[in-house]
Amino acid sequence: MASSTQSSSLWHKHAIFEKNSIILVIGIIVAIAWGGLVEIVPLFYLKSTIEKVDGVRPYTPLELAGYNIYVREGCYLCHSQMIRPLRDEVERYGHYSLAAESMYDHPFQWGSKRNGPDLARVGGKYSDDWHRDHLRNPRAVVPASIMPSYPWLEKTPLDSTHIGDQMKTLSVVGVPYTQEMIDSAEADLKAQGAGDGKAATALVKRYPKTVVRDLTAEKDGLTELDALVAYLQHLGTQVDFKLYDDKANIR
Amino acid sequence: MANATEPRVDARTGTATTGHEWDGIAELNTPLPRWWLWTFYLTIVWSIGYWIVYPAWPGVTGFTQGAFGWHARSAVVDDLKELQAIRGPGEAKLAAAKLDEIEKNPELLAFARASGGAAFANNCAPCHGAGAQGAVGYPNLNDDDWLWGGSLDDIQQTITHGARWDADKATRSSLMPAFGRDGILKADEIANVAQYVRSLSGLPNETNANLAKGKELFATNCAVCHGDDGKGKQEVGAPNLTDKIWLYGSDTASIVNRINVGGGGQMPAWGGRLDPTTIKALTVYVHSLGGGK
Ligand code: HEC
Repeated sequence: MASSTQSSSLWHKHAIFEKNSIILVIGIIVAIAWGGLVEIVPLFYLKSTIEKVDGVRPYTPLELAGYNIYVREGCYLCHSQMIRPLRDEVERYGHYSLAAESMYDHPFQWGSKRNGPDLARVGGKYSDDWHRDHLRNPRAVVPASIMPSYPWLEKTPLDSTHIGDQMKTLSVVGVPYTQEMIDSAEADLKAQGAGDGKAATALVKRYPKTVVRDLTAEKDGLTELDALVAYLQHLGTQVDFKLYDDKANIR
Repeated sequence: MANATEPRVDARTGTATTGHEWDGIAELNTPLPRWWLWTFYLTIVWSIGYWIVYPAWPGVTGFTQGAFGWHARSAVVDDLKELQAIRGPGEAKLAAAKLDEIEKNPELLAFARASGGAAFANNCAPCHGAGAQGAVGYPNLNDDDWLWGGSLDDIQQTITHGARWDADKATRSSLMPAFGRDGILKADEIANVAQYVRSLSGLPNETNANLAKGKELFATNCAVCHGDDGKGKQEVGAPNLTDKIWLYGSDTASIVNRINVGGGGQMPAWGGRLDPTTIKALTVYVHSLGGGK
């Protein structure tokens, strides 16, 4: 075809794209727009793309702060948060991930690489102490680990000054934070790390199933490590799979 | 591109040129290799087959369902059922057997050890180590030194309900007071009692502490849980202090620190995460590691 001197007429037409940059750009835009139309747009209008499940709530301010550190430190480069509906993954990690479980993540942390295990259901699997020991120095508990150490997390005080602003921004893109939640962001953040008390009760009322911890007994304020551990311990604990109907969301 | 209209043939190679020419240098229009081109066409044909067989194109209210109704989420349920069909008989026998029967029956024991070993590697090894050798703060499960009891029933209870795991009401719980932090004992008293504790395991007095005072303090503060002789009490998870096995280290600093901050490690309650048969298998696995009572 292209090699013959008697080029077909179709091939000649293709030369129009090759020889006019503006037409080429328009062609590229049309091709990409088609891909977007087919792959992205349906996610916004097809109701079946995010299943309805009970229990998924937005992050508490402390968990959100931990999520920020997870993103900042690039944990997603080695860890996925996406248990695929495959036998061996379900056997190892538990129920496959549902779209609803990450619907309040902006950006989502599904990841694409597993140097380490999937973390979608790591919440409640280990003790807080283990996470602290492990993040301080993974080799202290898993001798052959290749995970980097994050010793600065426990030495860095948690900066929570912008957590309310972040929640406000997230509410614009659809995370159902109420004005009340946004107003009490900093108080809630402290309450989750300060054990029992009135503030903790109010927090749990706003965010059901929140685990409140006494983290400030031996130090002054909360650290980045506290936030990250609170985030990890919450992962995958929202949906009660004993009540979840597998058949309802076959797709 | 003045000469772009008429394709010309390059005299030396006999290949047509694209007609582009810069300073007398023309660009050969070498055709794509046939195998490449045909593979490319084949992938296009393949994709059409794929659209027909699998869920593919979105529509207004749903998407094409694929000719055979295949869905990842129902496929995995089927795969798990298949797996269950293979494991089912063994698991049923394990579920029906009493804990102490399992170890006497070689077939059941082998099944429980294989199944328990896999569950151990996935769930328990991060704390207790791949060989169940433990780490600082995480008990070794190969020895016969048990915090909460080493009988089959005790082990099953600990695995199911965890230790100091508040979400489980039946969890093993007891907390050592923070003698230093909460001001129950003074620094010099802690120094004395720490050396006395070391002496229980035959370790030398490193700080010239008053062992007699330490012994007195031990009797009034520690013996309630650890026993008058320091041999510990499994009902309250208080470790034996005379057996030369140390969870947090035997050096003076580690012991002083334990007395200062008190508390104790946490273990998750696996009853909420693993099914009873898997817990049974784990119980037998841990019991058979060497230290089971
Ligand atoms: C270089 C790759 C790498 C990075 C980056 C990394 N990890 Fe890991 N992680 C691993 C590996 C490998 C393991 C398995 C060995 C181990 O447990 O240490 C692991 C294990 C874990 C586990 C235990 C999971 C389980 O189910 O046993 C947790 C939790 C974890 N990582 C959290 C984190 C967090 C949080 C970060 C970011 C602060 C992070 N990791 C960054 C490689 C990584």
